[in-house]
Amino acid sequence: MSPRITLATAARVLTQLRHDPRTIALMLVVPSLLMTLLWWIYDGGVVFDRIGPALLAIFPFLVMFLVTSIATLRERTSGTLERLLSMPTGKLDFLLGYALAFGAVALLQALITATVALGLLDLDTAGPSWLLIAVAVFDALLGVALGLFVSAFASTEFQVVQFMPALIVPQFLLCGLLVPRDQLPAVLETISDVLPLSYAVDAMSEVQANTDPQVWGQIGVVVAFSVALLALGAATLRRRTP
Amino acid sequence: MMNFAVRIRGLRVVRGPVTVLDDFDLDIRRGSLTGLLGPSGSGKSTLMRAIVGVQKVAGGTVEVLGRPAGAKDLRDRVGYVTQAPSVYADLTVRQNLRYYARVLGAPMSDVDRAIEQVDLGSRADHLVGRLSGGQESRVSLATALLGTPEVLVLDEPTVGLDPVLRVQLWELFHRLAENGVTLLVSSHVMDEAERCERLVLLRDGALLADDTLPGLLTRTGAADAEGAFLELVEKAEREASS
Repeated sequence: MSPRITLATAARVLTQLRHDPRTIALMLVVPSLLMTLLWWIYDGGVVFDRIGPALLAIFPFLVMFLVTSIATLRERTSGTLERLLSMPTGKLDFLLGYALAFGAVALLQALITATVALGLLDLDTAGPSWLLIAVAVFDALLGVALGLFVSAFASTEFQVVQFMPALIVPQFLLCGLLVPRDQLPAVLETISDVLPLSYAVDAMSEVQANTDPQVWGQIGVVVAFSVALLALGAATLRRRTP
Repeated sequence: MMNFAVRIRGLRVVRGPVTVLDDFDLDIRRGSLTGLLGPSGSGKSTLMRAIVGVQKVAGGTVEVLGRPAGAKDLRDRVGYVTQAPSVYADLTVRQNLRYYARVLGAPMSDVDRAIEQVDLGSRADHLVGRLSGGQESRVSLATALLGTPEVLVLDEPTVGLDPVLRVQLWELFHRLAENGVTLLVSSHVMDEAERCERLVLLRDGALLADDTLPGLLTRTGAADAEGAFLELVEKAEREASS
């Protein structure tokens, strides 16, 4: 791998995004609007305080999963990936280029959503707000990694979008947002123990509830999942194809 | 041995149920301009992919510049243009080329030079997605001209281009060959044969002829490349049925 190619790839992905202002606007504004909707539904009460941080974890994961899986699927089908791999591009250059670019967008998204939630909607958290943003960025990277991996198993954009209900919604249902994880049926609790989003939401709840939150363990699990998915994603990038 | 840019021995490629190439041999001299002709489905693209090193092969050897095809140190020495333009539709012509130049480690001055070589100067800052099909494939061709490739593998680079531009591009290919670049150019249009110093005719994955155009015409008694090709096909079928 080479830092030159990794950075060039990240810059190229961001330039592509810059030509698509509508997508940028949707990525940056929609999470804040949904957060506001949630605040309205629960009248800004304690339920909002409990669920709000979890949503801050789920948005970047979901949004980055969608954009990354479709962007990489396009690279695979348009021949640009094949061309890049026939050039000096390393597989990691490609993967990390995407992770860097979308990670930067995720940081911006998390900053905006957190500012709206904490500043305007009076979301009440005991822990420091920068930790909320840090967890959100790691979740975004998890979404990028999952999207890169999943794009290998889809041959059309229709298929890629169907992976969202298949892979994201179960994690959403089991992450502790609807029912606390320790109150789930035993089998489901065990399943939720091996799903990365559970740890992301746990980390957010910890920041919400404690003045001195201990979240590095959970963040470590999220990062480990991301690294494993990136490695699996690298294995699906083939220089030689049939 | 180093006089050969490409050396293929016993190449066998199987794609799904079809054996595309079987026991295929070919040598290409350095600094030569070889035309690869044949009807669509004859195995031209597969052969080119094998030379670039992006095709999974079932047997045989492909050597490029004395190294196994696709070797790491060949990746900035072999330029490859696929039939479908592999460029980013949501970037401008210049942004595409700047990105690929960075990946190749080519100087940025190459970008404007390559844009001029394919006659897209007036479109340099247009989005590729807004260009015509012929212009888009020229962007793809310009990418292969970045840096200092020693071997250029061009899959139908002149398809869909107007006659004036086709003549210009063939002049460019000749200039490159005179400067020592080895070119392998495929086409299914037989009248492009007269522009190549050497012709390789493929049919159903088999080498039908490997000769100069005058040699081919003398051997078959045909008036042009198309006639020679038809004559060779008939002869092959007569031999197969007798």
